[in-house]
Amino acid sequence: MLPRILRKDAFEGFVEFLMGKYRVFAPVAKGPQYAFARIETPQQIAGIRMDYTQTILPPKKLLMPQYEDLLSFTGRGPEGVSSEIKAEPTAILGAHPYDLHGLATTDKAMCLAPLDPYYRARRDQAFLVGVNMSAYINEHQFMADMGTLEPAEGGFDLFLTDLGDRYYVEIGSEAGSELAKASGACGPARPEDHSDKQAYDVDKAANCPKRLPYSIRYLGELLDSSYDSLLWDALSKRCFSCGTCTNVCPTCYCFDVQDKPNLDGRSGVRQRRWDSCQLKSFAEVAGGENFREDRSNRLRHRIFRKGKFILERTGKLGCVGCGRCSLHCVANISILEALQQIADQKVALDA
Amino acid sequence: MTQQTTAKQASQASSPYLPRVAKVADKQKFTDGEMWLRLAFTDGGGIEYKAGQFMEVSVYGIGEAPISICSAPGKRDDLEMCVRAVGDVTATIHQHEVGQTIGLRGPFGNGFDMGQVAGMDLLFVAGGLGLAPCRSFILDALNNRDRFSKVTILYGARSPRDLLYRNDLQEWSNRKDCDFMMTVDRGDQTWTGNTGVITTLFRKIPKVDPANTAAFIIGPPVMFKFAVLEALGLGMRKQNIYCSLERRMKCGLGKCGHCQIRNVYVCQEGPIFSYAEVMRLREGI
Repeated sequence: MLPRILRKDAFEGFVEFLMGKYRVFAPVAKGPQYAFARIETPQQIAGIRMDYTQTILPPKKLLMPQYEDLLSFTGRGPEGVSSEIKAEPTAILGAHPYDLHGLATTDKAMCLAPLDPYYRARRDQAFLVGVNMSAYINEHQFMADMGTLEPAEGGFDLFLTDLGDRYYVEIGSEAGSELAKASGACGPARPEDHSDKQAYDVDKAANCPKRLPYSIRYLGELLDSSYDSLLWDALSKRCFSCGTCTNVCPTCYCFDVQDKPNLDGRSGVRQRRWDSCQLKSFAEVAGGENFREDRSNRLRHRIFRKGKFILERTGKLGCVGCGRCSLHCVANISILEALQQIADQKVALDA
Repeated sequence: MTQQTTAKQASQASSPYLPRVAKVADKQKFTDGEMWLRLAFTDGGGIEYKAGQFMEVSVYGIGEAPISICSAPGKRDDLEMCVRAVGDVTATIHQHEVGQTIGLRGPFGNGFDMGQVAGMDLLFVAGGLGLAPCRSFILDALNNRDRFSKVTILYGARSPRDLLYRNDLQEWSNRKDCDFMMTVDRGDQTWTGNTGVITTLFRKIPKVDPANTAAFIIGPPVMFKFAVLEALGLGMRKQNIYCSLERRMKCGLGKCGHCQIRNVYVCQEGPIFSYAEVMRLREGI
């Protein structure tokens, strides 16, 4: 499926067409920050910021809501417990390549057997339109190292690159191809469009250098050899265990399940909500034993999940190099610095 | 206009959080804090489980708790559990009357197929409430006694008041085909048995063939640490020493993350691990 061109003056019509088929979420400005918000009326299309720097929360919130009812119940007993698994067609418009990689990870993780039907239903109804990024926005990002500057094969339906007065539209799926055609908003790409895209890619590569002193194929082993390092103690000294890092992370998906009774004291819902391995009580069992009581153990666990465990379990990246955790950390703890420092450490389990 | 449609596939998908209905068929108060229950499924479906697996037990409006199955494994209509009241859910389960229904999900966990240790000597070391899951291993062995060589059972409790499964303890000590010993950390005026921590019983067990013995050590982490040292001291192999590593379980489905030990989800790849695996887990004990 060959690339197409979407002129910017046809963008509004394209989005309106998309809104006719999906609930559309796109990046909008919220003060100095950006967030994925619902575009409900054609008037709101003008507020879409495809040129945004980064949203605070990644688009995972659209496939894995912060609060989700799993079951509803009518009393204490198991009779009358029911679940409703449904999803609405949802288009995520304007996800950066690294966020598309993040979705590929949560897709895989939530669909490992036994698969999660709630996530699956939402994902089956989702349409992904990515938008390219041209440069790092701060000193915390390292997508070049993690290989997330380009979206993965099959990780999107459409992928837009801003070429000034038009978007270069790469087609990633049958659904993307059909929608591009049906919208009537896309024309064929001409030779100058292809060469402008090439020029964009060259600029982007220059603006997004590698920042780790090693190839990430060695990351897992370097982490293993740093297990006993004092680095984790040093970093955790300023950590608040607030959970902001996990909140904003595209590949974090841990959750808690709580019962929420209604005012009648009998009926209610069993609800899941985002949880964080950084919070003190995450690994605490009834009876009081806490298997990760030490803050440095929790912080180390997170970095290992991001750099090693998620990749081992799902085959997808545990860290997409977006830099959100480092940017939003109250204590300025940077995952990039941590991963740089494990290569400096002299500690190793064996030579 | 946005259409609201339900994916046909998704609406037919069933939620893995839905319970099966079971009835409390029998209950007995073991101690002030521990209650034994037998739960029978009412949907005619029965259950099939292995030693060491657990169920998620629900009291709607309060929550869900993971409880080990303590009855003999196999295909059956019911299962038993011993519940310690440590929080809201378990305290409410204690109040359930015979005949009352309860929600169950499971079985979860890898469990253990005793066929793996057929022909070997077995050493069971159960500490405190660890006797509950350990009992499913013990009963599996005793119900198939001729598949195994020597069977030794060690049980330690904090005090005579904390003893669980008194009927089973009596039966095991009367059996001629196994060696049963128990101890309490602290006795009382009427106690005439062994006193001291469970590791003191290791001095008294009959001679062990270390190359051909499988040990099942189930109890609180601190007990496990010292009991393993004893087992290793007798020459047993790390891969033949098994334990149940319990963690905070919530979903039972390898998704919510609470039970992670390093790269392992205890509800999927555990809770039964060999000591060799536990050592690799580092964070395990």
